[in-house]
Amino acid sequence: MNALVDSVATAEATPEKEQPYAALGLKADEYQSIRDILGRRPTSGELAMYSVMWSEHCSYKSSKVWLRQFGEKVSPEMTKNLMVGMGENAGVVDIGEGWAVTFKIESHNHPSYIEPFQGAATGVGGIVRDIISMGARPVAVMDALRFGAIDHPDTARVLPGVVSGISFYANCLGLPNIGGETWFDPIYQANPLVNALAVGVLRHEDLHLANAKGAGNKVVLFGARTGGDGIGGASILASDTFSAGGPTKRPAVQVGDPFAEKVLIECCLELFAGDLVKGIQDLGAAGISCATSELASNGDGGMQVSLDEVLLRDPTLTAEEILMSESQERMMAIVEPDKLEGFLAVTRKWDVETSVLGEVTETGRLIITWHGETIVDVDPRTVAVDGPVYNRPLSYPTWMDALNADSAEKFLRPSDGATLREQLLTLIGSANLADKSWVTSQYDRYVMGNTALSYPDDAGMIRVDEESGLGVALATDANGRYAYLDPYVGAQLALAEAYRNVAVTGATPVAVSDCLNFGSPENPEVMWQFSRAVEGLADGCLELGIPVTGGNVSFYNQTGDVPIHPTPVVAVMGVIDDVGRRVPSGWQDSGDNLYLLGSTHLELDGSAWAGVIHGHLGGKPPKPHLTREHDLAELLSAAAHEGLLNAAHDLSDGGLATAVVDASLRFGIGARIWLDELLERDQIDPLTALFSESGARVIVAVPREEDVKFLRLCEGRNYPVARIGVTDRGADGAGADLEVQDLFTISLKELRTASRATMVEHFGAVVGYAADLSGSGIHRAPGGGRISE
Amino acid sequence: MKVGVVTFPGSLDDRDAQRAVRRAGAEAVSLWHGSHDLEGVDAIVLPGGFSYGDYLRCGAIAARSPIMTEVIAAANAGLPVLGICNGFQILVEAHLLPGGLIRNNHGDFVCRDQRLRVENASTAWTNGFTVGQEITIPLKNAEGGFIVDAETLKRIEGEGQVAFRYLDVNPNGSLDDIAGLTNAGGNVVGLMPHPEHAIEPGFGPDTPDAMRSGTDGITFFTSVLQSALARA
Repeated sequence: MNALVDSVATAEATPEKEQPYAALGLKADEYQSIRDILGRRPTSGELAMYSVMWSEHCSYKSSKVWLRQFGEKVSPEMTKNLMVGMGENAGVVDIGEGWAVTFKIESHNHPSYIEPFQGAATGVGGIVRDIISMGARPVAVMDALRFGAIDHPDTARVLPGVVSGISFYANCLGLPNIGGETWFDPIYQANPLVNALAVGVLRHEDLHLANAKGAGNKVVLFGARTGGDGIGGASILASDTFSAGGPTKRPAVQVGDPFAEKVLIECCLELFAGDLVKGIQDLGAAGISCATSELASNGDGGMQVSLDEVLLRDPTLTAEEILMSESQERMMAIVEPDKLEGFLAVTRKWDVETSVLGEVTETGRLIITWHGETIVDVDPRTVAVDGPVYNRPLSYPTWMDALNADSAEKFLRPSDGATLREQLLTLIGSANLADKSWVTSQYDRYVMGNTALSYPDDAGMIRVDEESGLGVALATDANGRYAYLDPYVGAQLALAEAYRNVAVTGATPVAVSDCLNFGSPENPEVMWQFSRAVEGLADGCLELGIPVTGGNVSFYNQTGDVPIHPTPVVAVMGVIDDVGRRVPSGWQDSGDNLYLLGSTHLELDGSAWAGVIHGHLGGKPPKPHLTREHDLAELLSAAAHEGLLNAAHDLSDGGLATAVVDASLRFGIGARIWLDELLERDQIDPLTALFSESGARVIVAVPREEDVKFLRLCEGRNYPVARIGVTDRGADGAGADLEVQDLFTISLKELRTASRATMVEHFGAVVGYAADLSGSGIHRAPGGGRISE
Repeated sequence: MKVGVVTFPGSLDDRDAQRAVRRAGAEAVSLWHGSHDLEGVDAIVLPGGFSYGDYLRCGAIAARSPIMTEVIAAANAGLPVLGICNGFQILVEAHLLPGGLIRNNHGDFVCRDQRLRVENASTAWTNGFTVGQEITIPLKNAEGGFIVDAETLKRIEGEGQVAFRYLDVNPNGSLDDIAGLTNAGGNVVGLMPHPEHAIEPGFGPDTPDAMRSGTDGITFFTSVLQSALARA
């Protein structure tokens, strides 16, 4: 018996040996149930596997009981186009014409605080591998980011690191970054949120799943070598195993190599095309522990692998470290024996190192050997599927009623033009509403040649089929302030906004992925927030008729003892039959009529106005109107299909006023706005009209010749519509203005300066800002926003 | 007419370059970095990307790959070769064009719609332009700062080897605002911006006429067809 190896035989012979389960994050009763499952103490390798697979991150043990709702609250309509639902690496949606799309959003919050560059980079790498695992070619990424206060010194460390990490990794993979969000709030100071989304496309027949079926099939590990990075607790086991020399210090954050991943993508796609892969799984959290136990659990038998066959970057790694290593850019495939030679030929072509670790068996056991000894002998389902499930206690927060009672309605709502003008300028220069080109100019939006929309449009859009123009649109949204005031409503508002952002492009929303960022589940008030948010999201999806296809939960997000605001980030995907008919968020032409769709109420609680102008967060968030969001989306889709819209922009943070500013700055064309009809109809004051954040509202630009058709469409669908202005390029030579009649006029130049100054002041210059401040604008003949050749 | 597009490990814009070739009316032929076979193509594009992970120096390893032995020989014999971004870096590392490309002077990757002035309209890849023409094509790189010794700079400026210059903004600190070069023969052209991203209405840079409608890049690819026809 090898003295250095804690084998099954050793474990049986030394039942009383003390094991560092607590340091690995396991509770005493969890450790006991592992002993009960095995009928003996676990080996250190088994302990490594169980500890990491039963962690909150991998097992969803605190969230599982709530997440079930996403699978239960569904209608047949919601699942009819769903090829793969929750539980696999990523959901897959049939978008027609033989095409399918897979997308998912995932968090990499904690690593990105410790090491912003690598944390964010490997966040992108991980989500992209999930997409490859489904058999898809990744085609775009997005990123939803939350940082601490914009002027805090540590934000100057974290933000540039995160942005350059995302930029470095995704740019080197050749994936366009088509959108996302950058948001600041002191609540995220020591706990930034880095949520990365990836989307991939595949033909129906190319779908692959993560399962190990067919005894005798080979288990193949390929990609980067396994190293000592991303090993959290395994060093404790190393010190447990080795008496001499003490533990080796291993970095907790993984290190990414996008070049290795790019080669891996092309290699995998060639393997799929050659039908050389039976099952496939990427290696992410928990590395080989996760890949082997999940593949075996999803299969029909067992699996036997030898860790001695794993190619190592560091030959001193222990078995436990190899099992837990989170080295990036690795994949595990199940390959039929007669296809192994073909498989190896492809990996050789791409210079991807490959080793056969073992094979699928009929034993029902996952058996792992090391130096000739069996160090793991488990039922894989006990590791990967049947982990502990907690029904954590919930409690309605003691502070909730007082918070909800503290409405922003107590603040004076000035109605004079000078004050409103000043407040608008303050708002558009505030951290969350300011221009984010500082971030997005570091991302490649062109690569692959299929980007039809990207930042600053409301959603990103990618062409899927070059012949037909079939494409998908994606948007991510979250508002932690709303969710703090009411997590149920906050989750629905995030859903509604992402849904609307997709709808304004002319696409039809079809599916949802979510990344649920919360504080500690051991805090009953946080658990209450979580339960309400999940319920709100599940109910909202049912009402809108679009399914949640997958996602991720991130707990333990807190600054000191203070949990972050509940931040359910919702990504919505939509389908458009021809990206040539897409609608941008900015005015394209002079003389278009501007219509506000939807009605405006006094809903300023939790708004950007309350936060920026008054430093206030209290009251109740705006009411979600999901049925109306659905009606609105259908109306927009019909209008876009008929080519009635030159622009459409969602109203959200900062209300109508900031929406009009965004749409004007997009192409440098101004507008004249009048509010009288709106004030009269909705019985509101000018400030409410400008800054209220009522939902189910969109502003659209309609060419005059389409006016009649457009109004008939709104009337037919009984959707509230008010003409509130006209686009105006301004006199030749002079710059364009934004005029709100009887209140104020601001030149686009002044608006642009205010919007751009904020990020530059805190993080440095953006190439080309100085040269194009005038914003030349586009000058186009009438004819709609269609692409013509 | 066949135009080869070389794929190195880490090439990213190879499929985009193939699309540009097809839209210009030629046949796109995929060439592999490990091969010595140019497959009888009439012109070659070295596409953008991060060949070999940009390890050592951008383009340095690719310049020594098997296919480049053939590309260098063919270029020296007059075959039209276009290097875009990483391809430009490869041409420089292969000594088909002078100078070097270093980290942008501001230190960051930058992606923007870039205006350029055409300085030489008599190369194989620019004969469809006119001298002084102003075009807009996307730029996206982290290592695009052009450097060269003073004597060579004087020579290439004097001999008309500057093919493109940045207009309005020098996005990376390049000497003399140089965005692209040609060799003395006019068959080899390299530039940092990406003409293959401005070839199709709807997917290019914004123009004064409409969003994402810029197609100035297609002229690179139609030019090489013209020059091949002229030689035939």
